[in-house]
Amino acid sequence: MIDALAEAPGSMDSETEESRAIGGFGSISSAFETKPEWENGNLPEWFTKAREEAWNEFLRLPMPGRKDESWRFANVKLHDFSSFQAFEADADQIEELIERSHGLAESSARVIFVNGRMVKIDAGSDGVVCLPLVDALAEYGAVIENHFMNRQGQLGGRKFAALHAARSDSGVFVYVSKGVEVAHPVEVFHWVVGDNATAFPHTLVVTEQNASVSVVEHFQSANDDEAGFAVGAVKLVANTGSRINYVGSQRWGSKVKAVNLALTEVGRDASVTGCIAQLGSAWCRSEAVSHLNGPGANSDMISVAIANGDQEIDQRTLQHHAQPSTTSNLLYKNALYGRSRSIFAGLIQVDQGAHQTDAYQPCRNLLLSDEVEANSMPGLEINADGVKCSHGSTSSQIDDDEIFYFVARGITPRIARKLIAIGFSTEPIQRLKNEAIEELLVAQIGQRFEDVTQ
Amino acid sequence: MEAQTQSQQMKLEIKDLHARIDGQEILKGLSLDIPKGEVHAIMGPNGSGKSTLSKVLAGHDDYEVTGGEVLMDGVNLLEMPADERSRAGLFMAFQYPVEIPGVSNANFIRAALQARLPNGEELDAVDFYKALYAKMDELEIDRKFTARSVNEGYSGGEKKRNEILQMAMLEPFYCVLDETDSGLDIDALKIVAKGVNAMRSPYRGFLVITHYQRLLDYIEPDHVHVMVNGRIVRSGGKGLALELEEKGYDWVRDELAVTA
Ligand SMILES: Nc1ncnc2c1ncn2[C@@H]1O[C@H](COP(=O)(O)OP(=O)(O)OP(=O)(O)O)[C@@H](O)[C@H]1O
Ligand SMILES: [Mg+2]
Repeated sequence: MIDALAEAPGSMDSETEESRAIGGFGSISSAFETKPEWENGNLPEWFTKAREEAWNEFLRLPMPGRKDESWRFANVKLHDFSSFQAFEADADQIEELIERSHGLAESSARVIFVNGRMVKIDAGSDGVVCLPLVDALAEYGAVIENHFMNRQGQLGGRKFAALHAARSDSGVFVYVSKGVEVAHPVEVFHWVVGDNATAFPHTLVVTEQNASVSVVEHFQSANDDEAGFAVGAVKLVANTGSRINYVGSQRWGSKVKAVNLALTEVGRDASVTGCIAQLGSAWCRSEAVSHLNGPGANSDMISVAIANGDQEIDQRTLQHHAQPSTTSNLLYKNALYGRSRSIFAGLIQVDQGAHQTDAYQPCRNLLLSDEVEANSMPGLEINADGVKCSHGSTSSQIDDDEIFYFVARGITPRIARKLIAIGFSTEPIQRLKNEAIEELLVAQIGQRFEDVTQ
Repeated sequence: MEAQTQSQQMKLEIKDLHARIDGQEILKGLSLDIPKGEVHAIMGPNGSGKSTLSKVLAGHDDYEVTGGEVLMDGVNLLEMPADERSRAGLFMAFQYPVEIPGVSNANFIRAALQARLPNGEELDAVDFYKALYAKMDELEIDRKFTARSVNEGYSGGEKKRNEILQMAMLEPFYCVLDETDSGLDIDALKIVAKGVNAMRSPYRGFLVITHYQRLLDYIEPDHVHVMVNGRIVRSGGKGLALELEEKGYDWVRDELAVTA
């Protein structure tokens, strides 16, 4: 077991570092080197230009390598994306996946994507605007232009962000106008089907003054034995006094490599809770950034990951306090089985003048096998006064006394360990404060533990 | 005749038990019989090995049994893993109940009951909650506690009451209560005693470990034993507890010194 902290780089086994360099930097499929064919239709010029620029940027940027600080501890051998290519699902596959899109009992809008293409939309009731992004450009062009891919990929994933912007066909645009409180969550399903297929899920959520909405996204593979490559981008923009509750449930198949770039912009007295559950994939890189742009802004950043086998969970976060009296509460929890690894690099950045800021950044690893590895690199950059900050990473195993307490009640040690691990992982979910979503996530997390402890 | 042999075996039988932890012998030849239908109390000074006895009975693997045997209704308890002992009908209320963050009380008790069902059989959720709420009401435990994590952030008294709730739900044959009265206020003590008394039956035996004679006013024991230095040194009726309260353990120790 290795639990390395950035403050003590010497604690990282140098032999391990060396062996990771073999195989060199990762690479991206040559299929991605041909210019994408965009359906231009009546799209605004700025949009086409933004994609062009993204495309050029993608070509220009090198693949991240071992020497990049923002990819420190990452196993570059896993960064091989050379076999992936676009794949069009056929009508039967699409129909089947629409059938298999199960989630919440009640939703205010429902959208289904297969390999990045929108195949079904039950557009919003309850006052929510939920549209394919390209269709929304006509009416909401100005809003979208302000936010489309802007500042995304700052934590090392810029090349992936550029690839995403260039390749993403469309996406979903959720917009809630002033004062509207959307009754039920908006639910989005993203499927990937076909061996070595790709998906570029794109989501933009904007709430105007005092509005509120919940959005739940499901990321799933049609078949667990199919490899895939997914680069998703999520942007949440909460304007003054508004509230966004976002949950991403990542249940990609066990051979999928996934990048997820999440960016949150929180305005004055607005509040955003973002929760990502990493319950699948072979490798996932998650970048989550919260910009607290107005006094009174609050951001809750939650992540729950359950990894097994040779899985790697690479997590980079930024809590950026640009204004005074802002709060950010991060809680990352990783349950590690098999030979899995986690990397957590988090930065709290408090700008000059952003006084009376509260920022918390704990990352907790539960080590469920002797061969797992947890790496933590917490960081603070504080340029203001009256700031309350804490960062703490912990790695621990299940306490024997806890197991004995279960066993003394007749529960087998195996089930005891599983229940304790489930308890560890579901505890942050209570912060979502939405019973239906909690129930769904808790069930999915429970299923994941069933699968990994079989 | 046969019925009689059977009833003779219906007891928890501890014979010349020796146990140690980290090389240190704590139980030094302890013998005790607890027939079904009886309540036995153990009193003894701090460090005499009372909790060690309860953990050895429950099957904690930090302790090594170096001699003697324990039979539960004639079956060798020491050969069973701890979880099996519990399912076979042994219950130990912890002196220091463990906090289990993230696992709700309801789920915990449910898992314990589920573990008692044959493979493939599912506990009925409606029946379960009905039974749970009924027991909680009896023990005056707020129903909010079903959703709270096991023992996490509970007051000392709440933890003890929670142990009794688990006991009531699991309906064991033999109950070892390790200082369940410590930390209880007088009202809670009465409620817990009521809960225990409600479970007294010809089919259930109790071993109640306590420091205070007061508990025995509420849970009247059939026998009282004094444990000193890993052994039962004196047994008697409930009058023994009063005598101890009055004279302290030195009295027993002095007597021992005289006889030794
Ligand atoms: N790991 C250990 N190594 C050595 N001695 C130990 C260890 N654990 C416990 N002991 C000792 O065993 C003895 C008996 O402890 P035990 O907890 O059984 O006492 P007790 O009778 O329950 O006391 P109390 O009335 O305070 O609850 C104590 O002297 C204690 O210090
Ligand atoms: Mg004790």
